[in-house]
Amino acid sequence: MGVSCELGFLNMAAPLSVEVEFGGGAELLFDGVKKHQVTLPGQEEPWDIRNLLVWIKKNLLKERPELFIQGDSVRPGILVLINDADWELLGELDYQLQDQDSILFISTLHGG
Amino acid sequence: MPAPQCASCNKARAALRRPRSGQALCGTCFCAAFEAEVLHTVVAGRLLPPGAVVAVGASGGKDSTVLAHVLRELAPRLGISLRLVAVDEGIGGYRDAALAAVRRQAARWELPLTVVAYADLFGGWTMDAVARSTAGSGRSRSCCTFCGVLRRRALEEGARLVGATHVVTGHNADDMAETVLMNFLRGDAGRLARGGGLGSPGEGGALPRCRPLQLASQKEVVLYAHFRRLDYFSEECVYAPEAFRGHARDLLKRLEAARPSAALDLVHSAERLALAPAARPPPPGACARCGALASRALCQACALLDGLNRGRPRLAIGKGRRGLDEDGPPREAEPEASGPPASEPVPAC
Repeated sequence: MGVSCELGFLNMAAPLSVEVEFGGGAELLFDGVKKHQVTLPGQEEPWDIRNLLVWIKKNLLKERPELFIQGDSVRPGILVLINDADWELLGELDYQLQDQDSILFISTLHGG
Repeated sequence: MPAPQCASCNKARAALRRPRSGQALCGTCFCAAFEAEVLHTVVAGRLLPPGAVVAVGASGGKDSTVLAHVLRELAPRLGISLRLVAVDEGIGGYRDAALAAVRRQAARWELPLTVVAYADLFGGWTMDAVARSTAGSGRSRSCCTFCGVLRRRALEEGARLVGATHVVTGHNADDMAETVLMNFLRGDAGRLARGGGLGSPGEGGALPRCRPLQLASQKEVVLYAHFRRLDYFSEECVYAPEAFRGHARDLLKRLEAARPSAALDLVHSAERLALAPAARPPPPGACARCGALASRALCQACALLDGLNRGRPRLAIGKGRRGLDEDGPPREAEPEASGPPASEPVPAC
């Protein structure tokens, strides 16, 4: 899995295989499915969280996008963990995805 | 950009940065720090003395799940014993699922669980019945305000049933900050002044109550639950979208984007407020009906239930101009209806 193109003269990102997970109630916006194995197509621009969110909105989000996405980021109150680390430590929207990365979105927006 | 090293153990990769100190910690060290802080909150505030029988308000949600888990870890060190108390408000389709989560937790943690239901305590008034009763009031539905008062009373009753000496709830710093905002927005000076501090000592016969997680931010509560792999119920109550708290929550989230410490700072401010002489409430007495602490003739719970039973639901929340004083004392000649209207079926829970 995850063949990387080392062709220098073609400025293109290879397809990426990542796991996208939703928790804390966020999964309700995705048909209740928590774990999604995702293959992101090869493209010119490298894949980062910013364009992953665009992809998620277009391909995975089933309802009420405003409950998950605000502007070009996640709605305040949704935590993002990349490989079990807070995305704040990794550059947030600018973090560039690697093959086999695991991205978890946890909603904190409900009573406890 | 790789994550930095954990500042505590220097071995593992950091998983998060603590909002207040900016310190980068791995999952294990963060959980240890979180538990140490709760321990410190309890010990420094002398909240739960050795020998305490502690009723834990358990809803199945993230906060009470983390609260119960942490207190269970700390119980031997504190010398306390725990009882889970869950409140069944009678909200069809929501509370049943949440209670199932609490039952799983009670079994996993081997803690005794007692469930108290509004229907039993309040003469048949489930939240679904209250919601129907308040639906026609014109302004946005206020059933959540009723629920807050009644749940507090229900938890007290449940705690007494299990012989508890103290009551704990899972309110976190964000909850406290939202409450401060709500009290400001509603002009409720009395609540603003009373709301600060780590807990109520238990005036008027009520059990001492405290919130061991109140210095923990909501984000850290969720991260703790994640790193400890705790299973909790995470659906929103069906009435929550109508609750006034939602406005305070949205405002707080926006404020935090600009100032991450906003929640803690709001609580800090509220704790240091003093009321102007004109605003100070009269010394409280006892409720004429049930004997609980009350600043008017009837305590909040009795006043709310009274209104519901007369078909005139009203709140005793806000500036204090609304409420019992408006309608005058109850007229003895009126036949007293009790319980929700008979034509409405009480939903099976």
